[in-house]
Amino acid sequence: MNVELIGIRKTFGPVTANDNIHLRILSGTIQGILGENGAGKSTLMKVLSGFIQADQGLILLDGKEVKIHSPADAIHYGVGMLHQDPLDFPPMKVIENFIAGSPGKIIPNAKEVIARFNELQRQFDFTLDPQAHVDRLTVGERQQLEILRLLWLGAQVLILDEPTTGISALQKLKLFETLRKLAAQGKTIIFVSHKLEDVEQLCHRVAVLRRGQLVGEATPPYRIDELVQMMFGKVVSFGGRESYKPGEMALELKDVSIEDYRMRIGPVSLQARKREVIGLAGMEGSGQLLFLRACTGLIRPTAGRMLVNGKDLTGKGYHTFLKNGVVYMPASRMEEGLVPGCSLMEHFVLARDQGGFFVDWEGAQKIAQEQIAGYNIHGRPDSTVESLSGGNQQRTLLALMRTPASLILMEHPTRGLDIESTLYIWSLLKERCSNQGSAILFISSDLDEILQYSDRILVFFAGRVSPPLDAASTTVDQLGQLIGGRGWDAF
Amino acid sequence: MQRNKFQWTNIAFQLGAVALALGFTTLVLILADAPPLEAYKNLFVGSFGSIKKFTDVLVAWAPLMLATTGLLVTFTAGLWNIGIEGQITLGAIFTTGVLRVLQDSSAPPTLILTLAILSGMVGGALWAALVGALKTFGGVNEIFGGLGMNFVATALTLWLIFGPWKRPGIGSMSGTEPFPEALWLPQITSLRLSIWSVVIAVAALICIYILLKGTYFGLRLKAVGRNMRSSFILGIPTWQYMMASFLVCGALAGLAGAIQVTAVYHRLIPSISSGYGFLGLLVAMLVNFQALWTLPVALFFAALNIGSIQLPIVLKLDSSLSGVLQGALVLSVIIMEGVRQRFLKAARERS
Ligand SMILES: Nc1ncnc2c1ncn2[C@@H]1O[C@H](COP(=O)(O)OP(=O)(O)OP(=O)(O)O)[C@@H](O)[C@H]1O
Ligand SMILES: [Mg+2]
Repeated sequence: MNVELIGIRKTFGPVTANDNIHLRILSGTIQGILGENGAGKSTLMKVLSGFIQADQGLILLDGKEVKIHSPADAIHYGVGMLHQDPLDFPPMKVIENFIAGSPGKIIPNAKEVIARFNELQRQFDFTLDPQAHVDRLTVGERQQLEILRLLWLGAQVLILDEPTTGISALQKLKLFETLRKLAAQGKTIIFVSHKLEDVEQLCHRVAVLRRGQLVGEATPPYRIDELVQMMFGKVVSFGGRESYKPGEMALELKDVSIEDYRMRIGPVSLQARKREVIGLAGMEGSGQLLFLRACTGLIRPTAGRMLVNGKDLTGKGYHTFLKNGVVYMPASRMEEGLVPGCSLMEHFVLARDQGGFFVDWEGAQKIAQEQIAGYNIHGRPDSTVESLSGGNQQRTLLALMRTPASLILMEHPTRGLDIESTLYIWSLLKERCSNQGSAILFISSDLDEILQYSDRILVFFAGRVSPPLDAASTTVDQLGQLIGGRGWDAF
Repeated sequence: MQRNKFQWTNIAFQLGAVALALGFTTLVLILADAPPLEAYKNLFVGSFGSIKKFTDVLVAWAPLMLATTGLLVTFTAGLWNIGIEGQITLGAIFTTGVLRVLQDSSAPPTLILTLAILSGMVGGALWAALVGALKTFGGVNEIFGGLGMNFVATALTLWLIFGPWKRPGIGSMSGTEPFPEALWLPQITSLRLSIWSVVIAVAALICIYILLKGTYFGLRLKAVGRNMRSSFILGIPTWQYMMASFLVCGALAGLAGAIQVTAVYHRLIPSISSGYGFLGLLVAMLVNFQALWTLPVALFFAALNIGSIQLPIVLKLDSSLSGVLQGALVLSVIIMEGVRQRFLKAARERS
């Protein structure tokens, strides 16, 4: 289906998120949409998929003007969207989720639907269990389910908003294969991303947004520096690796075992020193999350001892860890990090351990302004967090981490951030390491990020933990092998 | 300019809600074969017709305000404190108990009254703490826990009135033996109103307003109410804060019960809470977290309650008409809020 956007304009109060955007996408194309955080990518996609309405502008599908008032309208016209932040998934079975929202018979024939579901997923080599519960699926599997569901509903245009941020390298390969197949079938794919290499690999065309405007389009072969220049309006230089000077012990694990209903980890021993960055690599659900959460005190280990700054905190709760300088940044921003309905300023007040009974709102305003400037957040002190773009919510999370911290634990610290912000945020984190002597443990599904910023790496596979690897002498290939479960005999 | 425009539309919608409620109630009146205008006139005259009537409204207003301000706190924490009726009742029971013990002592009446009112607050807080404990440690939803505790409180009142605290001779539904006038909160001559209850209600509103708007406690409570998980990660001890909100609300409810005993009935009666807890839930829903609005809205609801008292005498109408109007008002405000959201969305899209 050919998609044409003509003069799309959308403002939120003083912010112009989309400013007179013209874009034409032919059927069978994979169209990339690039742009820095807050450029207006999600807004444009939400306009096309009916989640919000444009102030001005037309949408043409196969040359016919359509008015899309709701996601249901959109899917009726054949436009479906996968969101940047996966919307709430109720505790349903895969097959129930698949059926839900589909028009037609009130009581569908379960057997028939399962057969159709399996037939559909076979086309793309997905192996979802129709009877599994959705909340037990990984982000990548939920994404697969959502794609199948939209196709089942008759989507001809598939919009994916930053689909590669939360999934494993393997799942990414599969996703790309799927998208190529769909494009070959004549479907229109719109792929929103920050990751230039993803766009380079996949997209037939690229459109770049900056500050709400369409600033250019490109076709292969892409020139990366040109794209970066278009996205940010300037040249961005990439830093090299730095070596670290390890300090005293920040975190020490002695034969720690951790368990949940799915797996058992350990016993693991680890010594993380001040100013050290340790990356945790592995496919989603390999145990790295469990491990990280145990280090925050959210999960109690079943055996072993944990020392923070030499102090034994074994079996203590999250808040005790926090008081001892352990700060934690979760991945699901809206569920575990931010409070919808509260403003940026209120968040900064909440995250600080100030004494006294009354809030000094004037002081808070100042602090909020400083943090907003310091972390380059596009928002005002009184903006509610849900009105920020995904990347800006991420910066807010980073800004909320308490200082000084002796140990910083992060899940996907730069998920959803554009390249420039990623560089900037890591420079801030590195600065914390060297100035405040914090040690960092972080999870990332981006192997390049792990190799680039860690000093040592722990690889997780099905609950097994590798000995710490020296990042400088590890290659992407080695890491990829280990993540996939090969080469473990060497340990 | 833009802001002004939105304010005007807001006011228009609020007026619309009132009109809708009036329309609905009028319909009920017509169906019940009663003259609507006459009924409204009686409601008005019955509540604002004379100084005496107006002070009667204030008598009802003070405990209603106390219950509502308490509920603002639990609402902020995202909790439905249905158990407030029982908390008011327990406040009344504790107050009565202390007055009974001390009434024959030689302590000065002011001291006795102060002690009695304070223990009323403790009683309410205790009852609320039980609901809170059931929720945080037993996993019992506060709505069910609260309902259960309400039943227990009612049963306890009846048992006391017909058992250990019964009037000399025989227990009766009219309650326990009234206290001597020295143990009443001082009243304005020839009126039922004690100025003290009004002062206490206004002071409570101011305190809660400041607590919710200007303190760390209020802000953290709001965060807990909006997203408990994130609040915990941000470092807020969530269950302690929920418990604290129950305690504050319970103490205010207990204070309402103490006022009912010391300033209104001067004894313990079976329905000592007068339903102000449930009515307070309506008011709290209506004002939607804006503490200052409780003052006029609670006054209006109290006026409806008092104004409807004479309906059965004058018009042979049941006094539950005020309940119909109050319920209709809450429903229509909720409906109008939904319409308003849609309208604003449409307006934004057009602009
Ligand atoms: N509901 C909203 N209310 C107010 N402002 C909004 C709202 N949604 C988006 N914005 C603003 O519009 C601008 C564009 O946001 P959008 O989400 O489209 O950015 P994006 O390009 O998707 O960024 P990111 O890469 O960070 O996800 C931002 O400045 C954002 O703050
Ligand atoms: Mg976005």
